[in-house]
Amino acid sequence: MTVPAQIDPADDSGQSFYEKHKKIYPQSVHGTFRRIKWIVLIVTLGIYYFTPFIRWDRGPGAPDQAVLIDLPARRFYFFFIEIWPQEIYYLTGLLILAALVLFLMNAVAGRVWCGYLCPQTVWTDLFLLIERWTEGDRRERMHNDAGKLTPQLAARKTLKHFLWLMTAWWTGGAWVLYFSDAPTLVHDLATLQAPFIAYLWIGILTFTTYALAGHMREQVCLYMCPWPRIQAALTDEYALNVTYRLDRGEPRMSAKKATAALARGEPAGDCVDCHQCVAVCPTGVDIREGPNLGCIQCGLCIDACDTVMERLDRPTRLIAYDTDINIGERLAGKSTMARIVRPRTLLYSALILIVGAVMAWSLSARSISSVNVIHDRNPEYVVLSDGGIRNAYTVRILNKRTTPRTFAISVDGLTDPVVEVTAANPADGEQIVPVGADQTREVRVIVSVPEPPAAASVPVTFVVTDTADGETATVTDNFRGPGDGT
Amino acid sequence: MADSEHNEPRLDPVTGYKTTGHDWDGIEELNHPLPRWWLWIFYACIAWSVVYWFIFPAWPLVWSATGGLIGWNSRTAVDQEVAALETNRGPMIDRLTSTEIAAIKDDPELLDFTRAYGSIAFKENCAPCHGAGGGGSKGYPNLIDDDWLWGGSIDNIGHTIAYGVRNDNADSRYSEMPAFGRDGLLSGAEIREVVYYVRSLAELPVPSSADLTAGAEIYARDCASCHGEAGTGDQELGAPNLTDAIWLYGSDTADMIATVTNARNSSMPAWGERLDPTTVKALTFYVHNLGGGD
Repeated sequence: MTVPAQIDPADDSGQSFYEKHKKIYPQSVHGTFRRIKWIVLIVTLGIYYFTPFIRWDRGPGAPDQAVLIDLPARRFYFFFIEIWPQEIYYLTGLLILAALVLFLMNAVAGRVWCGYLCPQTVWTDLFLLIERWTEGDRRERMHNDAGKLTPQLAARKTLKHFLWLMTAWWTGGAWVLYFSDAPTLVHDLATLQAPFIAYLWIGILTFTTYALAGHMREQVCLYMCPWPRIQAALTDEYALNVTYRLDRGEPRMSAKKATAALARGEPAGDCVDCHQCVAVCPTGVDIREGPNLGCIQCGLCIDACDTVMERLDRPTRLIAYDTDINIGERLAGKSTMARIVRPRTLLYSALILIVGAVMAWSLSARSISSVNVIHDRNPEYVVLSDGGIRNAYTVRILNKRTTPRTFAISVDGLTDPVVEVTAANPADGEQIVPVGADQTREVRVIVSVPEPPAAASVPVTFVVTDTADGETATVTDNFRGPGDGT
Repeated sequence: MADSEHNEPRLDPVTGYKTTGHDWDGIEELNHPLPRWWLWIFYACIAWSVVYWFIFPAWPLVWSATGGLIGWNSRTAVDQEVAALETNRGPMIDRLTSTEIAAIKDDPELLDFTRAYGSIAFKENCAPCHGAGGGGSKGYPNLIDDDWLWGGSIDNIGHTIAYGVRNDNADSRYSEMPAFGRDGLLSGAEIREVVYYVRSLAELPVPSSADLTAGAEIYARDCASCHGEAGTGDQELGAPNLTDAIWLYGSDTADMIATVTNARNSSMPAWGERLDPTTVKALTFYVHNLGGGD
């Protein structure tokens, strides 16, 4: 039953249960996809590092930072949008949108997120740039690491780690700026007057950025990230993946041998087995082995292979965004085309449009005041001495303006109701509640009727009216009673 | 075959991976090695757990446990949090102490604080009898309605809370209804007649055979001194209004006969003896606001 062990005594890779980290030395590369990745890197990091400094005038008494998460005041500001804790469902909507966009990207072209947009990829690219600038390209780094540590090399390595730590520090620094007024906080940080929590968070993010982008790199994608596992289950055979077109590439052989083989009338593939695709790969995989968990589909091997193909005057895109189905079709002598419009992509696009439209509509339709009501549950109602019925409610009024306002409360849906806000100062017989600027106010409202309603539960509407400009907000609840119809 | 055997690793021809050499009844395991740094993190966690033993309370001794090097424990943490709370709300408590109860509603911040503070004190001390929402139950007055045995003004409510009802405190609210039946003051038939008469005062159904004239005579002689000629009660004496729709002990004929026969005379503690004056003030404000008082 057991096949005799065919283990090469020199190969100890299968002997241990723990794998020693094999350092990867990605080589620099030029081409279309590298250029796209640089642009994405500049745009995304630019947005991340500089957004906290954008100002946005919201009038007196309100913060003028365009994007601000104000935890003590429990507000989230995004340009013209101000989100209250009661509206946290916008965050849920945003997360649903993000997930759907991720699924759509995955259905169209596999791990686009991993290869171009993931912070791990973007920061690793930036750290690799620093590494190449201080220690040289792949060959030089491999040569240096294999040799002795000379003072000159030590200086270059020290410079690299210093630059890495500075980048990581600024990454953490930008993070905390989203939670406080950025110019003030920068000043306080520089003069060592910022709160301890700011330094702590900068420290944590400096450490994680330095460790993840400088040292962990592809280990994060291989061992720590859940997305590759989920992605594999969500994708289908029509999604465009970075694919080695083996129908064109095999049998691989050097250019000289290929010329000879073709002269003899034997088949020869376009792949010259130069290993450039492996050398540039940030995760160290060989794309020619087929779909691979380690492949983040960044397309750098496409650029590397195209460079070689151009030099050999062979057609480019031996490695390209393609599918295994297309390879099979070509091997069978059929023509191929990318199938981007499929039920799956149409479904995701439709869901994105629906969720986005619902969110845009609810954002534009929301009012600048609102009211919530909680009915007293114990007791639901009480009988008054004249046989009337009284219900008590807790009413919370939200004033989303930056100026104080006063609201009048009334109740619709009952016969001869007496509405009383306890501990209020009624003016002209109206129930008036002042609410401070950008605040909520909770009041107890007692509603009494002289005659018990016929039904045990009568729908009522609380109407809250701004006494200055007449803007109203309403909420419905019920008025409970014994329901014996007297 | 044994349960588990250790063989030499071999190459699996299907996957191209080597096996671990572990063999359970013919089931083998492919070796996908973990990264070694993962193993080091595991060792680091073990090392940290040893450090943890010394920093925090860990080892049980006979009567206590090791204290830990930094002296942290959950009991002192609670004490610190309580102390921090008292420091934190101290200024508001002081403001409540020095503010007249009638002036609280003019200070929105103090109003919100008093309401919250009173609500907590109510749930801790009053809710067992009067209900979490102040709705009461049979024998325990409802505090949301408009009927007050001892007066529903803010001062009256404050006095009732501070000194209680029918207890040993010298300033307690006090009155006692006689147990007319048990003590032989009225016969069973007389009790039934007076109960029918009282029901007629409250416009509750009465049997057509009832002798209301006899009931009225008994009422005028034995009840009117406290409950009033017209049965409207007297808040000075804590005598309930008998003409309204609210019946603390029930409005069934049987309940009312039981009340007249044995009397009720329930009591309430003097909360001023147990709680500080500021808490009593907050409770007074809170209870007055439950239904708006009188």
